Amino acid sequence: MPIEVEIVSPEKVLFSRAVEMAVIPGLEGDIAAMPDRAPMMLLLRGGVVELYENGAVTDRFFVAGGFADMTATRCTILADQAIALADLSVADAEKRLAGLEASYDAADKMDVPALDLLMAKMQSARAEIEAAGGEAVKAA
Amino acid sequence: MASLKDLRARIGSVKSTRKITSAMKMVAAAKLRRAQTRAEAARPYAAAMRRMLAELGAGTRGQSGLPTLLAGTGNDRIHLLIPLTSDRGLAGGFNANINRKTRDLIRQLQAEGKTVRLLPVGRKGHDYLMREFSDLIVDHVHGSGGKEIPFSAAATLGERIAAMAEKGEFDVCTVVYNRFQNVMSQTPTEMQLIPLALPANDTAASADAPVYEFEPGEEELLSSLLPRNLQVQLYATLLESAAGEQGARMTAMDNATRNAGKAIDRLTLKYNRTRQTNITNELIEIISGAQAL
Repeated sequence: MPIEVEIVSPEKVLFSRAVEMAVIPGLEGDIAAMPDRAPMMLLLRGGVVELYENGAVTDRFFVAGGFADMTATRCTILADQAIALADLSVADAEKRLAGLEASYDAADKMDVPALDLLMAKMQSARAEIEAAGGEAVKAA
Repeated sequence: MASLKDLRARIGSVKSTRKITSAMKMVAAAKLRRAQTRAEAARPYAAAMRRMLAELGAGTRGQSGLPTLLAGTGNDRIHLLIPLTSDRGLAGGFNANINRKTRDLIRQLQAEGKTVRLLPVGRKGHDYLMREFSDLIVDHVHGSGGKEIPFSAAATLGERIAAMAEKGEFDVCTVVYNRFQNVMSQTPTEMQLIPLALPANDTAASADAPVYEFEPGEEELLSSLLPRNLQVQLYATLLESAAGEQGARMTAMDNATRNAGKAIDRLTLKYNRTRQTNITNELIEIISGAQAL
């Protein structure tokens, strides 16, 4: 029995199909969404969502943080930003990371919430570089 | 009486006006279609977010120490109004309606003894409010510039508002925008963003509703969902307003084109009558001249 997976960004629906399993980058570790699991809501970190069909990965999407809402039959991923892995650009992400690191250094070290936010953004940019780089190597 | 030459010139100028308005109408129609598609594309995310919030909010109802974005500051003293207008005019009553509504709202709140602050989005609203309420304006954002609205625009605005809320710079935050009903009509609407009116949860009420697990915890989830929800709501109103702007412009330009057509008909009739009168007069002069000989 498959599970309905939806990947939604604020601007549009990127993916909506029934698959066998979806592996989601949760804040506290990867989680697999499969049919008949207990309902769960989780925060996402920047990372790659992998969709499995017949025991193999069919699609990969990079998500830059967000939320996921899983029930027994359905899994909705609310991504802050979602990009198909093939469309990622290492150069873009590296530029963004450099900018973030600069603002992190410049930031007020007492302002903990702001620092946390910057940390999360940096983590997401690093994950993006890794995801883009991984794909590039595989393609070569 | 206008000379034939004057009439010809006027007909010419009305004709070129008609060309411009009909071109603007077609441009607005094309933009409207795109704006509508975008507004529809943004709906699933907002719907899923509402579902999650309803689920989370059900467990927190009536608790104390809730995040400011959800529960507000507990006061009702300082109001932040965010009127959404367009950057460009020629859209019928689109901007004027919002401006009037905002003005009425400011007067009403001030009459109740409340402090009002303004954060106008879009040039037209800012220009108008500058004249009367310039001391109330905390800041302004010039809107999307007619181009497509990226989510990041709403995100930046949302972060601003969230930061202001955390600092306690206002108690209640309301957006005034044109709700897109159909191409012909946009309704000026006010929507309260903070404190948030949680959507009612109908699934949790039923006994066989599944019990959710939360990771990391309910509070952490809620505190990251709320700012996100603020941005999503803003984005939705921005998109609706953009679609409404194009709809209003299309209708206004359609009317203008039709009126120009009527003016041309009227002027042409006048031109032909004048020409006929002139010819008749000349003939009378020639004939009476010939008879006099």
